[in-house]
Amino acid sequence: MNCILAQIRCRPGKSYAVANEICLREIQSELYSTSGPFDLLLKLYVPSSEDIGKFVNDRILDIDGIERTVTTLMFKAFRNNKPNGGNMKLKSFLIAASLATAIAGAASAEGVKVGMITTLSGGGAGLGIDVRDGFMLAVAQSGRNDIEVVIEDDQRKPDIAVQLADKMIQSEKVDVLTGIIWSNLAIAVVPAAVAQGKFYLSPNAGPSALAGKGCHQNYFNVAWQNDNLSEAGGAYLSDEGFTSPFLLAPNYPAGHDMLTGFKSFHKGEPVNEVYTKLGQTDYAAEIAQIRASGADSVFFFLPGGMGISFLKQYADSGVDIPVFGPAFSFDQGILQAVGAAALGVKNTSQWSKDLENETNAAFVESFQAKYGRLPSLYASQGFDTANLLISALAVADVSDADAFRAALEAADFASTRGDFAFAANHHPIQDIYVREVIQEGDVFTNKIVGIALSDHSNAYVDQCSM
Amino acid sequence: MSLLLFIEQALNGLQFGVMLFLMAAGLTLVFGVMGLINLAHGSLYMVGAFAAAAVAAATGSFLLALVASFVCAAFAGVLIEFFVIRRLYDRDHLDQVLATFALILIFSEGTRWTFGSFPLFLDKPDWLSGTVMLPFGIEYSLYRLVIILVGLIVAASLFWMIARTRIGIRIRAGENDREMIGALGVNISLLYTFVFALGAALAGLAGALIGAIQSVQVGMGEPVLILAFVVIVIGGIGSIKGALIGAILVGLTDTLGRSLLPALFGLFLEPSSATSLGASLSSMSIYLLMIGVLLFRPKGLFGGV
Amino acid sequence: MRKESLLNAALLVVLLAFPLWAWFVDEPFLITLTTRAIVFAIAGIGLNFALGFGGLVSLGHAAFFGLGGYVVGVLAFHAQTYTPLMEWPFAIGGTKSMPVTWLTAIVLSTVLAFAIGALSLRTTGVYFIMITLAFAQMLFYFTISWSTYGGEDGLSLYVRNGFPGLNTMDPIQFFAICYVILLIVLFIVFSISRSSFGLALGASRQNEERIQAVGQVPFRLYLTAFAISGAITGLAGALFADLNRFVSPTMFSWQTSGEIMVFVILGGVGRVFGPVAGAVLFILLEHTLGGLSEFWHIYLGAVLLGVVLFARGGLYGMIAGREVAHD
Repeated sequence: MNCILAQIRCRPGKSYAVANEICLREIQSELYSTSGPFDLLLKLYVPSSEDIGKFVNDRILDIDGIERTVTTLMFKAFRNNKPNGGNMKLKSFLIAASLATAIAGAASAEGVKVGMITTLSGGGAGLGIDVRDGFMLAVAQSGRNDIEVVIEDDQRKPDIAVQLADKMIQSEKVDVLTGIIWSNLAIAVVPAAVAQGKFYLSPNAGPSALAGKGCHQNYFNVAWQNDNLSEAGGAYLSDEGFTSPFLLAPNYPAGHDMLTGFKSFHKGEPVNEVYTKLGQTDYAAEIAQIRASGADSVFFFLPGGMGISFLKQYADSGVDIPVFGPAFSFDQGILQAVGAAALGVKNTSQWSKDLENETNAAFVESFQAKYGRLPSLYASQGFDTANLLISALAVADVSDADAFRAALEAADFASTRGDFAFAANHHPIQDIYVREVIQEGDVFTNKIVGIALSDHSNAYVDQCSM
Repeated sequence: MSLLLFIEQALNGLQFGVMLFLMAAGLTLVFGVMGLINLAHGSLYMVGAFAAAAVAAATGSFLLALVASFVCAAFAGVLIEFFVIRRLYDRDHLDQVLATFALILIFSEGTRWTFGSFPLFLDKPDWLSGTVMLPFGIEYSLYRLVIILVGLIVAASLFWMIARTRIGIRIRAGENDREMIGALGVNISLLYTFVFALGAALAGLAGALIGAIQSVQVGMGEPVLILAFVVIVIGGIGSIKGALIGAILVGLTDTLGRSLLPALFGLFLEPSSATSLGASLSSMSIYLLMIGVLLFRPKGLFGGV
Repeated sequence: MRKESLLNAALLVVLLAFPLWAWFVDEPFLITLTTRAIVFAIAGIGLNFALGFGGLVSLGHAAFFGLGGYVVGVLAFHAQTYTPLMEWPFAIGGTKSMPVTWLTAIVLSTVLAFAIGALSLRTTGVYFIMITLAFAQMLFYFTISWSTYGGEDGLSLYVRNGFPGLNTMDPIQFFAICYVILLIVLFIVFSISRSSFGLALGASRQNEERIQAVGQVPFRLYLTAFAISGAITGLAGALFADLNRFVSPTMFSWQTSGEIMVFVILGGVGRVFGPVAGAVLFILLEHTLGGLSEFWHIYLGAVLLGVVLFARGGLYGMIAGREVAHD
């Protein structure tokens, strides 16, 4: 590879068109618009086997609008960041909000390659799509053209996720991984990825296994530790004077975590604790138990379709004990499917679309404008994850791992949640709110009615030693 | 546990069983008459639910939605029978499994392509909402009672159709000897299309009815499909009576297992491990039931053929 | 038969040459992908032994695949945490040695297959399909709620188990291990299918009365075949755990059973090399179609449908003719 710099002067008013054309040819390593006698500065690598003069003549000078160029051949690189060759694979694509901003951007010397493994097909696809859309919105708004995102579908299968992580690390050579929705997939992928020196930013899923003894300096969770929202639920129910709740969750580790989190912050004594089959759709038996239990409240964790089924059937059962839950059964994606059955239900969340801060207002508006739907909890998490990454990139290069990690730890970005900081185990310290499901016109959504826990960290900080 | 709660749970089990029967009836019919393993039956259930949700959203009428689910699923059934299933009758079970597995993939992602990745809204109408008071002071959901009723009506009509009508005679004859009734001048291929469409329509109707109190989303068909297979295997393949009794057995085992087992373990274990162990065992209970039945009656309860 | 032997040889050569080329051009992921195909192929060979040679359509082979995986996972878990597996009646600790875990996986899978087979073989046809499925589903729900070993979260191995003299974390070396195992399994299956047992099994599949008339007991033949089949699939499960450095209850799910069956049917039922071709084709489809669109499952479904409708007897049936097609 020979590195050359070409200064390009264009015919008046043509420089952006020329830059556009150069970008389309994918020959550039870096391309800037400049002040001075020349309009553009292009850095590119020419394969050793090629004649440089002919390369410049054939590949650059035939672009319409170029007036003259000055080519500088570089000899020895005293300090160099490796060229990435500029070749693009089928599924990787450069994110350029528009080519015009792409040329103007690029403040940092080197870009970053992000591998996003998320669920885009099958039943759980809604969550992955929201995280992806939120993330890409932030990347586009940043106007940086040096963030390359490779997106792959894990089909919600742990073994596929592991395979994709191998591919991203070994083949795509990404610097940062992100995107996984489900705890069990995260547990399968994260330890191996961070052990290989990659950074992992979790936009969802914060299993206790990765927060306590299993924490790692390169693992950052931008969403929550799994227990957080139900801890807030426990605190809220205590505050409201509910002393004997009925607890309901699926029989798998996240379900047990949720109820453990609830109980550690709730002062009363649960009347019953019921674990259902994962993926169960009929809750008549559980509802009958609730009716007979004499509980003063119901706290349930049933994510996705399970929550939809439960809420519809509960509303139909005539039982009037108030229900509460973490936000996962009340996010924007599924509320419309639950309909009026969810009206008035209080749920705990670290984000809501009516949170009053500038970043959030702009986020909600631009997300709606771009995708034509209201953003969900998951979209806000994807958006925050990307902004955290971008904030760190502005300060440090990803190749300088220590500096980059310090930049991530600082969490110097404008979060949609307002205040945001990392605890010692790289999980968020944040306020957790109580929301109520309301109806705005035809649309069901949430509004904040109070704060359950302020500046809440997590229970595993002490177990983490890094 | 009080006797009252036990009765209510038994009623829940019966209701769950009838829900399963709606799904299993079509499956056992297709299986018995045509000897076809149709894994895509769950997809037809999904098609019914989505069609109902779309029509309900457009017209606001639940009855129209039910009609739409029935018609759309039947139509989808005719389509796949004509283009795919028809070529599989003389193949072995393996080819049928693979082909209908492929159909699941196509239907699931095709639905997601058309309707998006988010669950749809489908609710029962106001006049079916709320609860009614049953004797002994049991408060029970009206809609669930209606499901039981619809299930029993479907069962009765199927019995009547199979036993009393001309088409029923042909179906029974087709089960016994398909060459022979072909030779007797019955249009076998038309008969098969009809049976398949009927099975599909029943699955679609079940999807719409059940979708109203569950979640209408992509992939909703697969868990029910497995349960429906368990039901028809316990009942004996091809037998409508077997499907009904198998469905109610499975419904009761599952529901009572879920509510009784944790309480049972609670008698001699600490509460948290009792609920957890009880929940694990109850999720396995219907498979235990099926294995038990097959060990003593290798062809199911009513599968004497 | 000549065409089929040619195809077999070509398949083995490609499976060896492709990763070597990938190693040469430094594309370690392609080596991992090939290794994955090989592991799936071994699982398929296991199922094919029951399905193709014995006519036993099992939709529950995920039970053995998962058991093999969990043997590796659980033994590694105890080795990583330095806790004994059991202390009574005699102390057993965990291990991170591949040969030991393989052997354990094979033995336990054989025992499980023997137990499941002994009960399931009382039934036939569709009932057999469903009863094997039921056993696998029970294990699935059991592992999901078995919190000691991670429940639905599964177990991580962090690094692959060790094999004396090799660095198993190096993709090409782990590939070599799997490739050699594939050759051994193929050889064993080929030998058995030519042995008197294999011939009796095939005859029994075609005509049970006749095989009884010559003094053989079909039940015993079937049970032996089912146990061997389970053992091979269990070994594949163990390799799969090492490949991913991770096990989870998904390995027990009915979708896994279905996928293993798809490898067999795609390649060609009853052919020794069929599942190898099927697994390679499936991985190839998954890898290439996955890049086309978010809705790539539609294309995958269409291709599978095409194979069933227009290429009877799978890939082998299409290319090598129908000499030994299943019936």
